[in-house]
Amino acid sequence: MTYALASAVAPRRYPPGDLAIWIFILAELSVFAAFFAAYAFGRLGQVELFNAYQQTLDRRSALINTLALITGSYFVVRATAAIREDDSRGCFDWLLAALGMGTLFVVLKSAEYAHHLGEGIHLGTNRFYMFYLSLTFFHFMHVLMGMVILAAVALKARRGGYSAAEHTGVETGGAYWHMVDLVWLILFPLVYVMR
Amino acid sequence: MQYKSQAVAKPYFIAAIGLFVGQILFGLIIGLQYVVGDFLFPEIPFNVGRMVHTNLLIVWLLFGFMGAAYYMVPEESERELVAPWLAHLMFWIFLVAGALTVLGYLMVPYAKLAELTQNTVLPTMGREFLEQPTITKIGIVIVALAFLFNVGLTVLMGRKTVVNLVLLLGLLGLAVFFLFSFYNPDNLVLDKYYWWWVVHLWVEGVWELILGSILAFVLIKTTGVDREVIEKWLYVIIAMTLITGIIGTGHHYYWIGTPEYWQWWGSIFSAMEPIPFFMMTVFAFNMVNRRRRNHPNKAAMLWALGTAVMAFLGAGVWGFLHTLAPVNYYTHGTQITAAHGHMAFYGAYVMINLTIISYAMPLLRGRKAANSERSQVLEMWSFWLMTVAMVFITLFLTGAGVLQVWLQRYTATPQPFMAVQDQIALFYWLREIAGVVFLAGLVTYIASFFVGSKEPEAAAEGASATA
Repeated sequence: MTYALASAVAPRRYPPGDLAIWIFILAELSVFAAFFAAYAFGRLGQVELFNAYQQTLDRRSALINTLALITGSYFVVRATAAIREDDSRGCFDWLLAALGMGTLFVVLKSAEYAHHLGEGIHLGTNRFYMFYLSLTFFHFMHVLMGMVILAAVALKARRGGYSAAEHTGVETGGAYWHMVDLVWLILFPLVYVMR
Repeated sequence: MQYKSQAVAKPYFIAAIGLFVGQILFGLIIGLQYVVGDFLFPEIPFNVGRMVHTNLLIVWLLFGFMGAAYYMVPEESERELVAPWLAHLMFWIFLVAGALTVLGYLMVPYAKLAELTQNTVLPTMGREFLEQPTITKIGIVIVALAFLFNVGLTVLMGRKTVVNLVLLLGLLGLAVFFLFSFYNPDNLVLDKYYWWWVVHLWVEGVWELILGSILAFVLIKTTGVDREVIEKWLYVIIAMTLITGIIGTGHHYYWIGTPEYWQWWGSIFSAMEPIPFFMMTVFAFNMVNRRRRNHPNKAAMLWALGTAVMAFLGAGVWGFLHTLAPVNYYTHGTQITAAHGHMAFYGAYVMINLTIISYAMPLLRGRKAANSERSQVLEMWSFWLMTVAMVFITLFLTGAGVLQVWLQRYTATPQPFMAVQDQIALFYWLREIAGVVFLAGLVTYIASFFVGSKEPEAAAEGASATA
């Protein structure tokens, strides 16, 4: 009911958020798509090596990270729903929670890197680790970038910078965060699980 | 022209065009030497002519960028330049240093030039594009520092716009990466590795920021579209440029002794480098379609749209042609590279310079908005002559390159380099003819500055022709 009311206040535009972010998301997804395709192509020649070294990855940590990102995305959805009801405080709180999930991801992923680097693994060790390190680190940088964006949106929300009528920024930041999440949902099974 | 100090841009633009002429003349000389090997030998050996051709290009583009910055920054910052006298002084220092360097190339053997300029004290000479004597390089750094001080302080003390800041970031990057020209390690792999930090990170990194901001500036001025809209595009474009371009450096690291992962990184990221160029094309046409008014300077609009299209084709498409490691394995250092180099430099950096010159020069020469109709018609002719000539130069070099790759590297019975060169001579002749047409375009371009100067300004389409 409140949802419908909010809609009445601000007619829902499609796509939500700023159009520029969608162009950017599309471009970013293209880079990741090329990366995934290269992974598949690179794996073709060395299937056994890939399968063997995949076993050395910490799948439990990656699973927790997957849940963290999905939960983070859910919190972003709640933040957007909150601002659509003119609830700046709620929007800020939910974004803070999403940032917490991002932080959890960063901490766990860093621990994984520390473990691998501690074992002397680097980009030149073998092709699997090259892909593992580059793909996940490229995504890792995107998580950090997404967190910076969410933090900026959260700060503006706390200052009351958004309303039910005008909250393009929240949707824009949210769209980017969902992209980061979506990429991980492909990356996780591809690199950690699929054999 | 809104601010008096913008006038310092004028000598920079004039010098840029003058050096451009020199670049093209030397291009024609070395183009002919491809097929008439002893033409002008021993006065101008091929390696010297080529060095002058490429060095003049870089220097005139730098003159153009500086002129562009001196023109744009006061207007964007809404204040006069901090020190116009410094800009004038640096102009003469840069011009004299540039001229002396080119004379040095032409008058004495390169090894002698190195000796004369004490290269052994701090050896930096002998690397492609960075052949300048160390003393010239130090001069370039001094000019760049004075320039950045002048422009940077003006930006900091005035209104800050996205256009200004992106331009400044690009110029700052340009200066910082040039410092790697002083780093000259003995190890050949490291030497090449860092050499690309100047060459690649210039043209596929920070120069693109300069390009983007100049294009945005001209589009804001000529289309009347909201600054916010244009700035948003600029953000997206430069973000994508940096994401793809920085690691895209890897496409130069395939076969020079660097680790294998560069083949993957270079291929993946540089394959995406056309994206920001494509965005630029969409952006430019979108803004012009959404224009709020018709600007009377139609020539400048043509250059702006031309830049967006040709940069995408030359840098984007022709770059992609040979950027994937398995393809580059065969094409590395062939005429395919030359084809890409020509259209990318022309499409992106020559054309953006001609865009800002086309927009600013009438204003610097006292016009209210644009040149006379006759002058603009001539300028637009020069646009088409040069652009079409460059398309043909690129196509002929591509033809030469494909044949070269096939005969010299791909076939089961590869032939020696010189044997192959003989067989592709026809393409070199055709390229030379296209080069002559390009020169005709350039002459037409220069003529457009002197034609119709006394006639009234062209009126905007749809406006009454009373001006």
